[in-house]
Amino acid sequence: MAAYIVRRLLLAVMTVWAISVLSFLIIHLPPGDYVTSYIASMSASGSAVSADEAQALREQLGLDKPIHVQYAKWMGLILQGNFGMAMEWGRPVADVIGDRLTLTMVISVAAIVFTWGLALPIGIYSAVKPYSIADYAFTLIGFIGLAIPGFLLALVVMYIGFAYFGANVGGLFSPDFAEAPWSPAKIWDLTKHLPIPAIVLGVAGTAQLIRIMRSNLLDELRKPYVMTARARGLSEYRTIMRYPVRVALNPFISTIGYLLPYVVSGSIIVSLVLSLPTVGPLLLKALIAQDMFLAGTIILLLGVMTVIGTFLSDLLLMWVDPRIRLGRE
Amino acid sequence: MANDAAAAVAEGTLDLGVAAEDRIAVATQWQLIWWRFRKHKLAVGGTVVLIAFYVVALFADFFAYVDPTESEAQRSLMAPQGIHWFDDGAFRPYVHPLKGTRDPKTFKRVYVPDTNAKVPVTFFGHGEPYLFLGFIPADRHLIAVEGAKASESLFLLGTDTHGRDLWSRLMYATRTSMTIGLVSVALSLVLGVILGGVSGYFGGTVDTVIQRIIEILRSIPTIPLWMGLAAALPSDWSVVQMYFAITIIISLIGWTELARVVRGRFISLKQEDFVMAAELVGCSKARIIFRHMVPSFVSHIIAATTLAIPAIIISETSLSFLGLGLRPPAISWGVLLQDAQNIQALVISPWLLYPAVAVIIAVLAFNFMGDGIRDAADPYL
Repeated sequence: MAAYIVRRLLLAVMTVWAISVLSFLIIHLPPGDYVTSYIASMSASGSAVSADEAQALREQLGLDKPIHVQYAKWMGLILQGNFGMAMEWGRPVADVIGDRLTLTMVISVAAIVFTWGLALPIGIYSAVKPYSIADYAFTLIGFIGLAIPGFLLALVVMYIGFAYFGANVGGLFSPDFAEAPWSPAKIWDLTKHLPIPAIVLGVAGTAQLIRIMRSNLLDELRKPYVMTARARGLSEYRTIMRYPVRVALNPFISTIGYLLPYVVSGSIIVSLVLSLPTVGPLLLKALIAQDMFLAGTIILLLGVMTVIGTFLSDLLLMWVDPRIRLGRE
Repeated sequence: MANDAAAAVAEGTLDLGVAAEDRIAVATQWQLIWWRFRKHKLAVGGTVVLIAFYVVALFADFFAYVDPTESEAQRSLMAPQGIHWFDDGAFRPYVHPLKGTRDPKTFKRVYVPDTNAKVPVTFFGHGEPYLFLGFIPADRHLIAVEGAKASESLFLLGTDTHGRDLWSRLMYATRTSMTIGLVSVALSLVLGVILGGVSGYFGGTVDTVIQRIIEILRSIPTIPLWMGLAAALPSDWSVVQMYFAITIIISLIGWTELARVVRGRFISLKQEDFVMAAELVGCSKARIIFRHMVPSFVSHIIAATTLAIPAIIISETSLSFLGLGLRPPAISWGVLLQDAQNIQALVISPWLLYPAVAVIIAVLAFNFMGDGIRDAADPYL
């Protein structure tokens, strides 16, 4: 068991390293660098940047070095806990993304809670009463939920809010609290604004999980041990919840790891529509400005969160499923 | 085969008559799949819808009635216009010509129908010339008007901010978005089958390396990855170059899922007796793979592929919506939806959201069809 954990841990570290290389390369793919896009944006606003100034800026940011040196420098800084400067903002990256990263996590976790809270009971119900009217209704709703991309749902929600209630349903805070320091009142305000983004983000995942849960549980319920349990007079509730549901839960747990990147990645585009203060809009701007420290850090952190999520789900799976714990799959 | 027949009978697909049983016994695998698929009403419905979408994609210039890029500030943001189907009790469709004026108070453009004049609408009538299938000169359109220019009098779905006709743009967008799904999925399929097959068949180190690559690719949130790659595309590329670049970017992620399916199939089939028998008889590796193993999971690959297309369509739409995918003058569903980004504009002119309906219907239809194929392809379900 310890060997299993160590192997998983080593893999996780390797994956993080690979992600760091990949995110660094992605940022360096566009032709030119931050200075070229800086010059372009300066000349667009009417002021010119001389060649000397550009050169000085490059040297200052270390952009004149070969790419592997830049990567080594970047990695070195990150290992010291320094994510570099967000070039466009002139502030340390950690300052710029700190709050936003927290909010991204808050929204993602809220979406996952929503997804699970809805998908589990509905999935179980649909499997226990298959081909009932409610089962068909859930299947249909699930299919539609799967077919609507998050940003479209966000647009529709915004439209309905605006057109019929005359209210802006976007954002995570009321105007009074947007710039205020953290306080219980602000957290309460956040809680009130959380459901809409959480639902918009969670709908597609919910639809998918309902389908997985339903088909898994249906398979389990057909097995002889369930019949044995019934024959021995176990209550229906115990018969279903004690073993079949536990077995059917496996894919749920093994997908936590992938649910996280899925939700985070969805949150980027949904955040743009709902104007949520998450890392999404920041990443889009950083990518367009070729601000490599900021964009690279965001992609890296999102990747790391995913790896941690996958690792946690592996551990959880081991805890729930004795077959994995004992080393036979 | 006996199993398939038994399953079909058990499902009540076929009558239990002797003739029917004989029919099942001699039916090929594909016939059995087709019979099961036919039973799945939603899947058949989805297939019909998809055929309609691809007909539109193929003949977009016939279904459109004006040039989708022709802009005219005098006709910006017109509301969808209804066709009057009956004139004096007879079926003679017509529309009223619209006159644009400015509201003296709000300075908003308003359009008033001129109820005295009628412009007859015809089907398969003459309109703007175009090249049918790209090389046959033609001027027939599905919908046309008589005695006037279609660009000045017909606005079935309204116009966008630049006064371009939304119906015609939607037809061309269908062509782009529906084919991007196909091209990307073809690319993912090639990558997925080769890498997944190698991974599953040979196992060992190769398998470990490929599995790690897949794991890494999947643990990077897709949208940031796409955004990063798409931001790297030079902005001066032509529409065609962008189109192929975007398909490649999207399939870079798409192949992982297909590779997983193929690998799983290879691993489970490797243990089957018929594969060992083929090995013992001395078949070459290529023959074992392509003659003995591949046919038994082709249907699964088809199902997985069909289910991958809607995800790709959503990806393209999302990327273009963000302004990182296809860019104007290219026309795709995502590009059309860019106009709907501004909520205030959307509240005033909600028809800008119509392309979303096309996206949702197409994705739903693909999901239904893919589900049907998957159920039909698996005799043990």
